Amino acid sequence: MIDSCDACLRRALLIAHLAPRIARLLGRSERRAHGLLALPEEDLLAATAGRHVERALTFLESVDVQHERARLAERGCLAVCTHSAGYPPLLSDLPDPPAVLFGAGRYDPLALLAEEPAVTVVGTRRASPYGTEVAYALGRGLGASGVPVVSGLALGIDGTAHRGCLDGGGVPVAVVASGPDVVYPRRHRSLHARVQETGLVLSELPPGTEPYRWSFPARNRIMAGLARMTLVVEAADPSGSLITAEFAKDLGRCVAAVPGRVTSSLARGTNNLLKDGATPISGTEDVLDELFGVGVRSAVAPGDSRAAPSDPLLCAVLEAAEASDSVETAAQKTGCSIPETRAALGRLESEGYLVRGDLGGWERAAR
Amino acid sequence: MLAAVATFALEGVKPQEVTVEVDVRLGLPTFTLVGLPDRAIRESRERVRAALLNSDLDFPQKRLTVNLAPAHVRKAGPSFDLAIAVGLLAASGQVPAEQLEQWALAGELSLSGELRPVRGALNAALGARRAGYRRLLVPEANASEAALVEGIEVSAIPSLTRLADLLHERWTPEPARPAVPDPDEPPSDLPDLADVRGQEDAKRALEIAAAGGHNLLMVGPPGAGKTMLARRLPGILPPPSFEEALEITQVHSAAGIGNGRLATERPFRAPHHTISAQGLVGGGTRPMPGEITLAHRGVLFLDELPEFARSAVDALRQPLEEGRVEITRGQRTLDFPANAIVVAACNRCPCARPPDRCSCTTLELARYQRRLSGPLVDRIDLVCQVEAVPAAALVEERGEGRTPSIEVRARVVAARRRQLARLAGAGVLCNGDMDGRLTRRQVPLDANLAARLLAIRERIPLSGRGHDRVLRVARTIADLDGRELLAEQDLDEALSYRLDAWQRAEA
Repeated sequence: MIDSCDACLRRALLIAHLAPRIARLLGRSERRAHGLLALPEEDLLAATAGRHVERALTFLESVDVQHERARLAERGCLAVCTHSAGYPPLLSDLPDPPAVLFGAGRYDPLALLAEEPAVTVVGTRRASPYGTEVAYALGRGLGASGVPVVSGLALGIDGTAHRGCLDGGGVPVAVVASGPDVVYPRRHRSLHARVQETGLVLSELPPGTEPYRWSFPARNRIMAGLARMTLVVEAADPSGSLITAEFAKDLGRCVAAVPGRVTSSLARGTNNLLKDGATPISGTEDVLDELFGVGVRSAVAPGDSRAAPSDPLLCAVLEAAEASDSVETAAQKTGCSIPETRAALGRLESEGYLVRGDLGGWERAAR
Repeated sequence: MLAAVATFALEGVKPQEVTVEVDVRLGLPTFTLVGLPDRAIRESRERVRAALLNSDLDFPQKRLTVNLAPAHVRKAGPSFDLAIAVGLLAASGQVPAEQLEQWALAGELSLSGELRPVRGALNAALGARRAGYRRLLVPEANASEAALVEGIEVSAIPSLTRLADLLHERWTPEPARPAVPDPDEPPSDLPDLADVRGQEDAKRALEIAAAGGHNLLMVGPPGAGKTMLARRLPGILPPPSFEEALEITQVHSAAGIGNGRLATERPFRAPHHTISAQGLVGGGTRPMPGEITLAHRGVLFLDELPEFARSAVDALRQPLEEGRVEITRGQRTLDFPANAIVVAACNRCPCARPPDRCSCTTLELARYQRRLSGPLVDRIDLVCQVEAVPAAALVEERGEGRTPSIEVRARVVAARRRQLARLAGAGVLCNGDMDGRLTRRQVPLDANLAARLLAIRERIPLSGRGHDRVLRVARTIADLDGRELLAEQDLDEALSYRLDAWQRAEA
């Protein structure tokens, strides 16, 4: 569905056209396009195009809006401009809202974003197992509670939050730094497809655009703008996630963080946020309390409807395995022999109660 | 005059017959050695000359030509000394040559004329028997080892003088006594499983590995006892049969690490992780057996598996699949036996700290575990976690509850016997050696079990290899339990040991 006025679409295409110029202008050291994206067209051209202003103007004149619309429709893309009814209202609070949001995926998440407060869950790409676990649990809990989860589809925390949201049956919204159809990083090919299937991938850059260094912080402002709350799960200092948190703070939105170990450099960013007054989050319930007021909405346990195994022995072993006991401790607790415990573990896994961890070890299966 | 004497060289660990031809004729005194000898053989001229003169024998001042036939094979080592000296004696008419036709000999000479031990005496004896020689003459130190081979008379020769006496029939040596282990000898001092406190799960995994000849990976923090456990595997493996013991002794004799007696225990080799591919599987310009060959019929322990060079671990592909190593140098291809149980160990993550103090990122974890892929891990049937034993359990002084190795070994032997009976004629000795086709033939599933396996595969994506591995291990578990028919719990238990975690690992 394409719902964009000519002026907005022109502007969006111009920014995509100027993207390499902006990248060169900012150089290697600077990643944030301070205020550039807020400039009116003439100033933007003057600031970025330099000697190439002629070429940019020619490009702008040559844009055939009807043709572009047809191309977008052909690719099955979404596009909503600031004047469209589908444009997320919260985004207009930004000093430099994207003229057009291009999307790949379903349309209804856009409507949901207008009605339901969303949460942006971000964090480091180099996540610890702890951060991964928390991001997954939060994504899943929020997804199951019907809160749209916004994130950046990056490696580490972002991708894990999306995955959790998908597994919790929620609606994931990814904001990416490339065109919405371009998969970056490549490793997230299948995740990208899954998000498109049940949710939406958004970008201010038109389909087919490759990501630039500056477009990552730029999309961070969109993530911050889309959500009521920006939640940083794990971040070092400095970190791109802190940029997102800063945008959220500037917008007057809630900034929240998950406490980490004080000795870990991976948690320095989040712990600093907490020191500066961010809301500490230890679970889905905390997020819901902050969004809707304490006790207004309670977390829906994500699809935890599965009955415990009927066999009491299997039950006992399952319990022990969930307490992350070794096979030996589990055997001691249940009073079984090692072979019996092992057989029970194999059985539990094959019946979907447990999932094998890397290199052995078990954890409760996500359902 | 011309004389020919038979001796044996080592081709890897196999004996290769070499005929030493000596020609003595009038002319300017020279000594020419042909037939691709190496430095050590060239130098044998000096040893032979001094040894002959010091033994009151004559070093002929004539034109001497020695040829080592077949002339196109490279030869190495000092074990040709004796044959060259005896050839000279025979060719110069100092000793009668008739009997030499039926004799083979091997030995290094000292300048005094005494004989020094050589490597591969057992291999030479096997070769001499196969070639139909009636008698093998070896240095005294090698005699009992060579005498392990039945069907050939082995004589211990102390010195050249004695050898000359023997050829003149002035002296008869005692027949050498084979170095079979003394039954009255106290059982060897292998480390016992009863020394290990706790670790019942890992002990069970070791027992299954021993019973079925399965390769095993132990995962756990440093100091948890992985090495300690691995060292106890030879002690619960069945004692080597006579044929196996001969194979082990042959390898060790060829590598020069034997003790001159028949091996009574299976070898345990634990190379450091800095080892090269050549060190692990064998090689060199003069190919030497690698660690996997030295561990033949025993255990090869690879501690800190991810730290091994990728090339070294990948080189284990052939030995793991075929139980032998083939090394090609120039036109020659050498064959080394290499059938060992591989026990590998690694940490859960690169920082190796317990989970609550681990500082590894998921990316680092994924990278570490990716280093574990490849042909070796494809052949690992069992994985088990080895957790550090709590200090309280270590202090507790209660040894009686722990099963000693000898009991476990008895169960393993019984399980192996079942396998031998079932696998007779299939060309393998244990479940772990079965390939995919054999596995499916030898581990039939009734309708009930087939349905169970189908249900498992719906939930757990098993690769074809993974499927075979689960079946093999389940077969061994049933064998340990003394059952000919597989039960559901065997499949379930086998499932819990499988190793396929990183197939789904992702950052």
